Amino acid sequence: MNPDYYLVLSALLFGIGAVGVLVRRNAIVVFMCIELMLNAVNLSFVTFSRINGNLDGVVMAFFVMVVAAAEVVVGLAIIMSIFRSRRSASIDDANLLKY
Amino acid sequence: MNPEVVAAATGMATTGEQVAFWILGPLALLGAVGMIFAKNAVHSALWLVLTMLSVGCMYLAQGAQFLGFVQIIVYTGAIMMLFLFVLMLTGRESGDSVIESLRGQRVAALLVGIGFVGLLVSGLVHAVTGVEPVGLAAATAERGEMGSIANSLFTTFLFPFELTSALLITAAVGAMVLAHVEKRPGEKRSQLKMVNARMRSGRMSPLPGPGVFATSSSNATPALLPDGSVAPESVSSLVDQYESQDVARRHREGAELTALESIEHPHHAELEGRHRS
Repeated sequence: MNPDYYLVLSALLFGIGAVGVLVRRNAIVVFMCIELMLNAVNLSFVTFSRINGNLDGVVMAFFVMVVAAAEVVVGLAIIMSIFRSRRSASIDDANLLKY
Repeated sequence: MNPEVVAAATGMATTGEQVAFWILGPLALLGAVGMIFAKNAVHSALWLVLTMLSVGCMYLAQGAQFLGFVQIIVYTGAIMMLFLFVLMLTGRESGDSVIESLRGQRVAALLVGIGFVGLLVSGLVHAVTGVEPVGLAAATAERGEMGSIANSLFTTFLFPFELTSALLITAAVGAMVLAHVEKRPGEKRSQLKMVNARMRSGRMSPLPGPGVFATSSSNATPALLPDGSVAPESVSSLVDQYESQDVARRHREGAELTALESIEHPHHAELEGRHRS
C-alpha cells in the first residue's frame, strides 16, 4: 500500500472541516472545525515527510501545533468576551465590531 | 531480508499498518462527520476527540512516534479540554440556531466541500502517482527519531522556533487581557442599593421553586400557578424549556385540577367555623 491513502484521508477530513465552518452557527463548533482542518493538514505533512524521507514535514507539523494552540487560546478568549457582552455564541449575532 | 523490512525501508506500508489504517481511517471520518451533525456542542467536542486520537495513532503507525504522542497529549489532552471548559462556561445558552440566515447556504456549502475535496484528491493523486516513498528510516538512522527532530529544530529551524516562544507569550497575555473583567473596589453594591433595586424591579419575592416535591422528583418540572398554568420562571434557565413544558404536560394529563380545589382541608374547615362563631 502506498502512503497516498493518508493524503486522500487528509483531503477528506479537510473538506469536512471546511463544510463544517460554512454550515455550523455556533462559534465554538466553528472553531472545532478549524482545528479539524489543521489536523488534516498535519496528517498530510507527516505523510509527505515520509514520502520524501526527511523530517522537515514533522517539524512543520510541530509548528502548526504551536500556532494552533496559540490560536485556540486567543480565539476562545474572544468568544468568551463576546458571550459575556451579548449572552450568545452564535456567529450570526456578532455582526458589529462595537458592542 | 524479509519483505516487511524491505517495505519499511522503502516507506511502503506494511500489512499491519494497512490494517491499522483501515480501522483508524473510518473512525477518523466518523468522528469528523459526527462533529458536524451533533446538535449538542459537547457531543461535537467528543466526536472531535475521536478524530484526533485516530489521527494521532496514524502518526504512530507512520513512524512519527514523538509527534503522535504530542498529538494525543496536546490536542486531545490540552486543547480539547480548553474547548470543553469554554463550552461549560458558556452553558446551554450557546446552542446552535437552526434558522438558515442565507437561503440554500447548506446545499451550497456541501457542493463547495465536495468540489474542493475532488479538486484536492485529483491534484494529489496526479502529483504523487509514480513517486516511490522513501520512508523515515534512513533519515532517523543516525540519531534516532527524537535526535533527528531536535537536530533540525535547533539548527535549520532555530529562528522560527524562537519566534514561536514570542507567539506563545503574546497569546497568553492576549488571552488574559481579553478574558479579564475589570472590577473597581468602590463599585460593590451596598445592601441598601440591592433592596432598592429589588423593590423597583417587578418581582419583590424570590423566584418560585420548581414543582419537585409536589408531583415529581425532576427539577425540570415547573411549578403550577393557582390557575393551573405553568410558571416558567420556576425552572432553571439551564434546563431545556421544551423539556420542562413536556414534563408539565405529562404531569397534568390525568390530573383533574378542579378536584384539588374542592378538597376539604381540615384546617380550612376549622378556620371557617371559628370565623362563623
